[in-house]
This record gives sequence, C-alpha cells and structure tokens, in this order.
Amino acid sequence: MTIFIIYKVFLCSVILILSLLVAMYSTLIERKVAAFLQDRIGPDRAGPFGLLQPLADGIKLFFKEEFMPNTADKFLYILGPSLTMLIALLTSAVIPWSIPVIIGGKIYPLQVADINIGILYIFAIVSMGVYGIMIGGWASNNKYALLGAVRASSQMISYELAMGLSIISLAMMTGSLSLKDIVEQQQGFHWNIFYQPLAFLIFLVCAFAETNRSPFDLPECETELVGGYHTEYSSMKLGFYLFAEYVNMFVSGAIMATLFFGGYHFPFVDKLGLSNNTLAVVGFFILFTKITFFGFLFMWIRWTLPRFRFDQLMRLGWKALIPLAILNILITGIVILVR
Amino acid sequence: MDKTFVPADYIPILVQFAVAFGFVLITMTLTHIIGGKRKKIHTIRKEENFECGIEVKGNARFPFSVQYFLIAILFVLFDVEIIFFYPWAINFKSTGWNGFFEMLLFLGFLMFGFYYIIQKGAFKWD
Repeated sequence: MTIFIIYKVFLCSVILILSLLVAMYSTLIERKVAAFLQDRIGPDRAGPFGLLQPLADGIKLFFKEEFMPNTADKFLYILGPSLTMLIALLTSAVIPWSIPVIIGGKIYPLQVADINIGILYIFAIVSMGVYGIMIGGWASNNKYALLGAVRASSQMISYELAMGLSIISLAMMTGSLSLKDIVEQQQGFHWNIFYQPLAFLIFLVCAFAETNRSPFDLPECETELVGGYHTEYSSMKLGFYLFAEYVNMFVSGAIMATLFFGGYHFPFVDKLGLSNNTLAVVGFFILFTKITFFGFLFMWIRWTLPRFRFDQLMRLGWKALIPLAILNILITGIVILVR
Repeated sequence: MDKTFVPADYIPILVQFAVAFGFVLITMTLTHIIGGKRKKIHTIRKEENFECGIEVKGNARFPFSVQYFLIAILFVLFDVEIIFFYPWAINFKSTGWNGFFEMLLFLGFLMFGFYYIIQKGAFKWD
C-alpha cells in the first residue's frame, strides 16, 4: 500500500510538472505561431529562438507586486485564481498516458486513477471551473471583471450541455465511461473519429468554448471589457489565470486524443514487434504528438477567426449544437440497432 | 467488463488533489513572500478599481441582466436530464429497440420543453 501511494505521488508529480512545462512552453509557441501567421519573427531575445522567454515571463510574474483593490473581498480574491489552477490540474488524473510499464515483474499503469466513470469525473471537474472565474470576477468588485465573469459562467455552462450530449453517442458505441476501456477499444486504427465525426466536431467546438479560447474568448474580450474577469489581477494570481488556460488546453487536447483519436494507439503497431516497455514509451510520444497537433489547432484558430458576439455564441450553443448532438444520438442508436 | 471497481480506486484522485493543492499553496505563498515588497505603497488612487481612468461610480455589486440567471436555471434542468442519458447509453446494446423507443419518449418530452423555451424567447438577446 505504501509503495502504491508513493508511486502515485510520483506519477502525479510527473504529470503535474509535465502539464506545467507544456503550459509554459505553449505560451511561447502561441506567440511564435501568431508571429508565423502574421509574418513576423516573434520573441527571439531571451535565449536561442526565445527559448528562455517563458522562464523570464514566469520569474517576472513571481516578482511583481501583489495588487489588491481596497474594495475587493480579500479571501475570495485569492481563492479565485487558486481554484482555477487547482481544477485545471485535477482533470488529468483519469487520462491514460500509455500502456502499463512492467519493471521487475511488477505492473505500473501510466494512469493516475482508472475509475469506471472517467468521463463523468472530467465533466464534474470541468464544470467546477466556472467557480474559479466567477469568484475571481465577483471578488475584485470591478464592473468589467463582473461582466467578464458572468459571461464566462454563462458560456461555460451552455457549452457543457452540448459537450455532455456529444459524448453520449460515444458511450452508446463503447458501452463504457472508463477512458482506459475507450482507448483499448480503439486499438490499431479503429479510432472513434471515423465512426463519430459529428460528435467530435461538437466536442471540439465545446472544448474551445470551455477553455475560453478564441473565437469564444468573450470573457476576456479586450476590446470591450479591458481584461475581462482578470482585469484587477496582478503577479502570480494573474499568472494562474493565464496558465490555467494553457493547462486546460493541454488537458482538453489529451481528452480529445483519447476519446476520438485512439489515445496512445497508432496503426501497424503489431508489425513492429516492440517489447512492452519500448511500446509504452513510443505510445506516450504518439499521444503527445496528437496533443501537440490539437494545441496547434487551438492556436491556429485563435489567430485566424474573429470573435463571436455574445448572442451569436448563445445561439450556436443552444440552438445549433444541442439539437445536432441529439440528432447524432438518434442516428447512432438506429445504426447500432440495425447492424 | 471483467474488472470490478471499488471505492479504493479513488485514492489516487485524492493523491492528485493533494499534489495539486500543495503546488497551488506553495506558489501562492512564494509569490507573496518574494513579490515586490520594496514598492508597497498604499494610496487611495492606486487601490481604486480600474475604470479606464475616470472617476469610479458606485459599486460593482449591482443587479445584472436576468437573461444570465435564466440560462443558469435552464442549465440545471438540462444537465440533470443529460445525466439521465448516461446509464441508458452505457446499457444501450443490451436494451435494444425497446430501450431505444422508451428513450425516444423521454427525448420527446425533453425536446418539447426545449421547443417551448425557445418559443418563449429564452435565448433572445437584445
């Protein structure tokens, strides 16, 4: 039992450090991608190709003065960003990163928790993300922050519905909510994307809305709301809000890769004849490549599409995505039963 | 499913929570300790809320559009209904056409309510 706990603590720490590192470097890659799309060079002063830029940004945020408006609710003002970060780091617990590693006859699964309601766990944690933003926006007692927070919560809960509905058709096919089972069923090239393209499309749009990424970044829409819910934040509290967005991006990319793109599986795996542990490492890099692709997609769309208006956002969420997801459930049901 | 699931499966989630909580706590404390102490000057103007440089008018805890509350209430309703779908979806292959038609009935009621709220103008923003 003690070894079990120690192993889990180790695995959690590794995943935590990995997601933070990825989040840090996503900020650099985001700026590089933006520069590439706009025919600029991007940050290149700190280290070779600007590789030390995220480090410089992080250290800067640490040394900044902690500002708090005198009318703010002090406890909630600190709780807001902490909660956002905490929740962003919790989601990765159920993602299977690769096949189990076998060392000295013992099996070490590369998944923190293999629970049978993995998808429901993700939804539960993601829906708690609303609190971090709402608490932060309300506590700073700023009108822009409040408007941003209200918009954010409204948008996140609306798109959660379509997200939940789009996964139902997947659950009908796989008969399981455990992410491990879902990945195992996609062995080789039987990826769910080929059977559920519509569900994936709905899930992708909702993932953009849930992470508050452009074209759904109305909560922090700088042209009308200054900085949205984090207008009054500075130092690492602001850093937490910004980092949490990138951690969420990373995790939602991992979830999409796991649910629809076969997770750590790749075609022609049997023909290579690799040993178990090598396969685990290769599988992890395969999953990581898929996540990187989604990360690039998030950035590509951010620098390509303009922002929605709030009524358009709500109309898309309620009047287009929800009926579409229900239609998808019906079609999936009929196809499964007829076959 | 040949594997049995026990409540002990959730222990790793507690571990993850502890690790994440520790990270957040340490970072928050660290930034509080090392963050720019030298310049801690408190003035009224500085600690005012930001309002694009003009005089702050009143408090931000004011009543806002009822539309947002309506969305929140509808979310609670629909989210509960969506959770009802999950057990059905998991057992879909064993319930067959029977289960499908029974769910269609449920879906019919849900869609009727959905149509009703759209016609009532719950999503009309102006």
